[in-house]
Amino acid sequence: MLKEEDKIFKNLYNSLGWEIDQAVKREDWSNTKEILSKGREWIINEVKTSELRGRGGAGFSTGLKWSFAPKEVGTRPHYLVINADESEPGTCKDRDIIRFEPQKLIEGCLIAGYAVNAHVCYIYIRGEYYNEGARLQEAIDQAYKKNFLGKNACGSGWDFDIHIHFGAGAYICGEETALLESIEGNKGQPRLKPPFPALVGLYGCPTIVNNVETIAVVPTILRRGGKWFASLGRPKNTGTKIFCISGNVNSPCNVEEEMGVSLKELIEKHAGGVIGGWENLQAVIPGGSSMPLLPKNICDTITMDFDSLIANKSGLGTAGIVVINKDQNIVKCMARIARFYKHESCGQCTPCREGSGWMFRILDRATKGEATYADIELLESVTKQIEGHTICAFGEGSAWPVQGLLRHFRKELEKKCIGEPVFKQRKDIPYLVDQHLLESENA
Amino acid sequence: MSVKKIHDQQPDTFEFTKANITAAEAILKKYPSDRKKSAVMAFLYLAQRQNQNWIPLAAMKYIAKYLEVPYIKVYEVATFYTMYNLAPVGKYFIQVCTTTPCLIRGADKIVELCKNKISKEENTLSENKLCSWLEVECLGACVNAPMIQINDDYYEDLDEKSTTEILDSLMADKPLKSKSFRNRKSSEPEKINEELNENKNA
Repeated sequence: MLKEEDKIFKNLYNSLGWEIDQAVKREDWSNTKEILSKGREWIINEVKTSELRGRGGAGFSTGLKWSFAPKEVGTRPHYLVINADESEPGTCKDRDIIRFEPQKLIEGCLIAGYAVNAHVCYIYIRGEYYNEGARLQEAIDQAYKKNFLGKNACGSGWDFDIHIHFGAGAYICGEETALLESIEGNKGQPRLKPPFPALVGLYGCPTIVNNVETIAVVPTILRRGGKWFASLGRPKNTGTKIFCISGNVNSPCNVEEEMGVSLKELIEKHAGGVIGGWENLQAVIPGGSSMPLLPKNICDTITMDFDSLIANKSGLGTAGIVVINKDQNIVKCMARIARFYKHESCGQCTPCREGSGWMFRILDRATKGEATYADIELLESVTKQIEGHTICAFGEGSAWPVQGLLRHFRKELEKKCIGEPVFKQRKDIPYLVDQHLLESENA
Repeated sequence: MSVKKIHDQQPDTFEFTKANITAAEAILKKYPSDRKKSAVMAFLYLAQRQNQNWIPLAAMKYIAKYLEVPYIKVYEVATFYTMYNLAPVGKYFIQVCTTTPCLIRGADKIVELCKNKISKEENTLSENKLCSWLEVECLGACVNAPMIQINDDYYEDLDEKSTTEILDSLMADKPLKSKSFRNRKSSEPEKINEELNENKNA
């Protein structure tokens, strides 16, 4: 279990107060000038030493990402963009950082901005977080008042401004290039990569996009040393992480723990155990809805870090843990996730736009007990046709949860898919018609 | 993809109020001077707040002129993002999160209550014209599930009893304050609260 002194977010539950004065007492901003004076190379190297991996889902090395920004500023300015468009079902960690530890984020912005030569930072926060955005603006204003931001920020000689940009309810804007499109005032439809944002990003300028949690842990890493951070967790999966445990547990909560903590410990010690006891566990979605679910036998032993979850054909993602017990209809739960993806697909790539609808309709039929035995093959084939055939990772995000269901709960699905295919029941209809069109609701 | 319909009755004109023009100028300062278009999302919010929580076509045209961009560029943004209401909604606009983490903690019961107390159909005004409701996707408070958003505020840790109280208070135009309805301060495990209370009592 993580020791109290090694916790980075000491005010995760707002027991100490979020205002700047209380934050300063918790050592935020204590020697920012000194840190900045050590130079860009030192900062990036220290972050590389810490082996910090991005907390937004992909788990890419943060130090490496920063080093991709051009070393010298050319004709185009550099930008830093913070991704606070937290919309992944099961995830609510950034909200608490913004509400209760805003100064950690703001200080991190200044340090990261300095490291990648950016004078301007945009924080893209989801539109539903209206009150959280207002809180963040208040915290930014407090930092300006103390000269931690603005001209000659913190006395470092570096000018730095932070602006908040509100999203408006599009999950896809959590994808970094869609987020940049959205800041530019367009529909949030992802761009092709390469070129990567580090070279051609916001307004065509070099841009580094990072998640809120990634940036908020940076000041503490630099203060306590990259080696300290690397000493926590497992090799290549270092440091601490905020886990959001929701669903069928006795006391759902956010909790900061070491990487590589066992899933069972998280659920039993922090979240009060599964409702109905551990034996009543059916499945766990380990990293937000995009990650394939895990059945109970894997949950018994799995540890929560990037590599061990990948080895089990899932992923850590955003560490939003959704616990599903045996009282739930697993097919219904996954059908609802498929509906989420159908609703949130941006519509740019055909496999995702159409396929997400196909997956939802098949699973919805299965929930109602109207699906046919041919539907399982069809469902599997649709997921394979989406995966890898889209511009952004949203395609994988929508196909993987369904593949996880097929992999681990095929028997449950087979029990629900027992009907004869429609073309066998109603011979007067030509089989070139898409099956779902035959149902009056969808016609 | 979400489908949004434009309201059939549209006002002829729209202009920002003086206060909103000041706000709009402040927003424009956030972005490089040759990148005015970036402000379109914030401007649409201003228009929505000014116009009883929905955006008429006249407002989109006004914003397009203000930002010197083609009207279609504003229109496509307004129709792409789900938080812009293109038809009137109730004074109390209730968004019920029904994505899986809320669903498995009983969000469908809340939907039933909305159907019974407000209107049978989503996006339809209640009989007294005060409320309308909508099922939405994950609102990002999964640890405090199930939850609803009423206008800007999150009402968390609900059950049937508390939801009934909230909906009744809205229909009577005396809204309850937003909070966690199991008396949680944030996303802490409830056990901690119990321990603290026990220590206080000791």
